[in-house]
Amino acid sequence: MAQSNKEKSTKITALVVDDDMINRTIHHRLLDNLGIENEVVGNGKEAVDVHCSGKNFDLILMDKDMPIMNGIEATRKLREMGIRSLIAGVSSRSTEQEIQEFMEAGLDDYLEKPLTMSKLVTIIRKIDSNG
Amino acid sequence: MDVINQLQRQFIDYSTSLHREGFVDDQFTQLQKLQDESSPDFVVEVASLFFEDCEKLINNMARALEQQQGVDFKQVDASVHQLKGSSSSIGAMRVKNVCIAFRSFCEAQNREGCSRCLQQVTHEYSLVKNKLQTLFRLEQQILAAGGSIPVVE
Repeated sequence: MAQSNKEKSTKITALVVDDDMINRTIHHRLLDNLGIENEVVGNGKEAVDVHCSGKNFDLILMDKDMPIMNGIEATRKLREMGIRSLIAGVSSRSTEQEIQEFMEAGLDDYLEKPLTMSKLVTIIRKIDSNG
Repeated sequence: MDVINQLQRQFIDYSTSLHREGFVDDQFTQLQKLQDESSPDFVVEVASLFFEDCEKLINNMARALEQQQGVDFKQVDASVHQLKGSSSSIGAMRVKNVCIAFRSFCEAQNREGCSRCLQQVTHEYSLVKNKLQTLFRLEQQILAAGGSIPVVE
């Protein structure tokens, strides 16, 4: 799956937003393995700041529960800034109400942790089909 | 070659037993598949982060549950939630399962139940740490003997 998309995938960029170092390490490696250039930050404010510095990404993997600025606030802020990247919310919380609130902040998709290769490929195919 | 085959056999059997006994689940296998020549220590690195996380969070829970004036169950729950997330990410299934029960006791503000879960989670963490360190030692022995680490599905 990674191999057939490799040529297109090398043009895809991603931002991992998660306060947990284990998840940052795993998600970074998953994306690396798919040939996707990616950066990692530790909370929603850092995600906003990196965009304010002029960077842009095809995909943002946004954790929900983070200190300083959580995923819901960060998603809302990025959409207000005009960021049109594909934002996939990532969380271990699964009540419908919480997912709904997260989606309404501006997500394109929602994934439950732990992230796997197949979940990521599903998301990346959306970028490929839109791009 | 016999030595390598023997070590590889030992590795496969041990890895299979970890899954069978519920110490690790498929998520751990997924992490092993992410390891390659460009990132040969990936699983050990993630496991090390997990061990550090566990120790810090278990200490936080213990301190919170020791409070004589009154236990802040939200604080305990926050640590348990984090540990559940970490253990889920690495595939440490038994630790994760204790965390699920632990959260119920936090919600019920049941101090005794929480204390029992703390003991269980400490025990399960200790077990999985030993198991994984043994697995990693077997990997090193295979590599030192000139063999390659088998893929266990």
